[in-house]
Amino acid sequence: MIETLNFFKTLSPTGWLFIVLTILTLFSAVSVVTAKNPIYSVLGLIFTFFCLSGHYILLNAQFLAAVNIIVYAGAIMVLFLFTIMFLNLRKEEEESKTNLTKIVSVVVGGLLMVMLIQIFRAKSAQVPVVNPGSFNSQTGMVENLGELLYGDYILPFELVSILFLIAMVGAVMLGKRETGDRHF
Amino acid sequence: MDLTILSVKGIIILVIFGVTLLIAMYSTYAERKVAAFLQDRLGPNRAGPWGLLQPVADAGKMFFKEDFIPAQASKWLFILGPCLAILTALMSSAVIPFGDSIRFAWDGVKYDVNVQAIEINIGVLYIFGVVSLGVYGIMVGGWASNNKFSLLGAIRAASQNISYEIALGLSLIAILMMTGSLSLRSIVNEQATFFEWNVFTQPLGFIIFLTCSFAECNRTPFDLPECETELIGGYHTEYSSMKLGFYLFSEYINMFVSSAFISALYFGGFHYPFMDLVSSGLEGSLGAVAGHNVATAIGVVAFFAKIFFFIFFFMWVRWTLPRFRYDQLMNLGWKTFIPLSILNVVITGAGLLYDFKYATWLIATVMIVLAVVSTARAPKRQVRPQTTTA
Repeated sequence: MIETLNFFKTLSPTGWLFIVLTILTLFSAVSVVTAKNPIYSVLGLIFTFFCLSGHYILLNAQFLAAVNIIVYAGAIMVLFLFTIMFLNLRKEEEESKTNLTKIVSVVVGGLLMVMLIQIFRAKSAQVPVVNPGSFNSQTGMVENLGELLYGDYILPFELVSILFLIAMVGAVMLGKRETGDRHF
Repeated sequence: MDLTILSVKGIIILVIFGVTLLIAMYSTYAERKVAAFLQDRLGPNRAGPWGLLQPVADAGKMFFKEDFIPAQASKWLFILGPCLAILTALMSSAVIPFGDSIRFAWDGVKYDVNVQAIEINIGVLYIFGVVSLGVYGIMVGGWASNNKFSLLGAIRAASQNISYEIALGLSLIAILMMTGSLSLRSIVNEQATFFEWNVFTQPLGFIIFLTCSFAECNRTPFDLPECETELIGGYHTEYSSMKLGFYLFSEYINMFVSSAFISALYFGGFHYPFMDLVSSGLEGSLGAVAGHNVATAIGVVAFFAKIFFFIFFFMWVRWTLPRFRYDQLMNLGWKTFIPLSILNVVITGAGLLYDFKYATWLIATVMIVLAVVSTARAPKRQVRPQTTTA
């Protein structure tokens, strides 16, 4: 008990921010899963993204934080909300899930958790401890990120953009109205 | 950051906040006056001299009306909707550079504080993030009302905002390429000389950006989310009292912020022609510190003059153009603006390779020629005299 108290006494403002943000993140993430109404679920997910952006800012990665908000909270989640509103899921009844689906989802989720824990514990994936001597607060800034992406990682970056292009063309093809299709 | 800078920044933030609200408030008055002028009416002239107290009277009316929440609405989201709308609207003015810097000495230390709430090196992205969140207020409110018309309005608003955000962002990329920075202040400082204002180097980007900001603000001719002939009131059909007021108010704040954004990005922000002469003259006659501050003040005034012009432009367009049809809106966004802005990016990049800043005039010229040719070749519309059947 006293140790915990001492721990809280030694916290810096950043540490406090981190703890508050983490608690908020966890609560909102849990609410995504537990909410009965899908709209609340989506709103919880949006809030989770905000908290994650807060974490990015604490890690001095402004660009990542802004892009996370623009892309995930601003675009993808709007589409989620959009679709769910169209589905008109006003009736708040639990869908009938068979025992089989429940068991399978528990097994899959558990496996994923075990895998993630194993990855985080692996020796090769250990995150190096911050070295104050070589610490550069500008690492996460746009300029450095851009130089890295267009310098050292130019090939993977361009390959990813081709992947995106393919996905976009595929989405347009799927959404295209063919001759004889119904007009909505 | 020491305490003096912090308190000065605090004052600047409060002033910007207050000015934003004041301008939004008087935009409602100006809108009605402009409408009256364009329609040859008088407009509000009863409350106070020239009707200047009209916004106060409106606000009073809004506050004292019954605050009604529909029985089947989801109560908390119904309240959350307008809160989100006004919150996101107010957040975005934080990174706009309203002026150069204020210089002063305190306790023998010299300070140089920027007239801007916060200076971050991703200012443009910040504004984009906030703008893309603006749609949540509308969507949450429209859905929570439990009304088909509100829901339709909300969905229209969401799809419109998403569609035009893409073109908005793409048209900005050309500017980012030319400036090489995401900070609004450095974008403004790049445009110090008159003919390097981005409106001269990026004419096409400017037009795309302007049109898209009309769509983002849900202003006519893109105000389909609140198209009253089809949707009654749109997403705020069920709202009353100050909750409705917040929705309307956030629209005016958005208008102010996007005017400021347009002036900062394309019209040189707080720069004006012969600024160097004026500021060096002032510094020569009033001394380095006082002269610099007066020059900053003149710059702020110039910036606000540009903002007011664009607010007027928003209103002017609203009372001049009719509303688009929804498919026209979508086609314009996806099939015209997005390809055009990608082309704009490509041409700008090609121009930058050869150090030529005005390359996009090529597209603008081609477009003007095409428009002239197609107008000339179009069949002349015959105006028939109306036959009256008596």
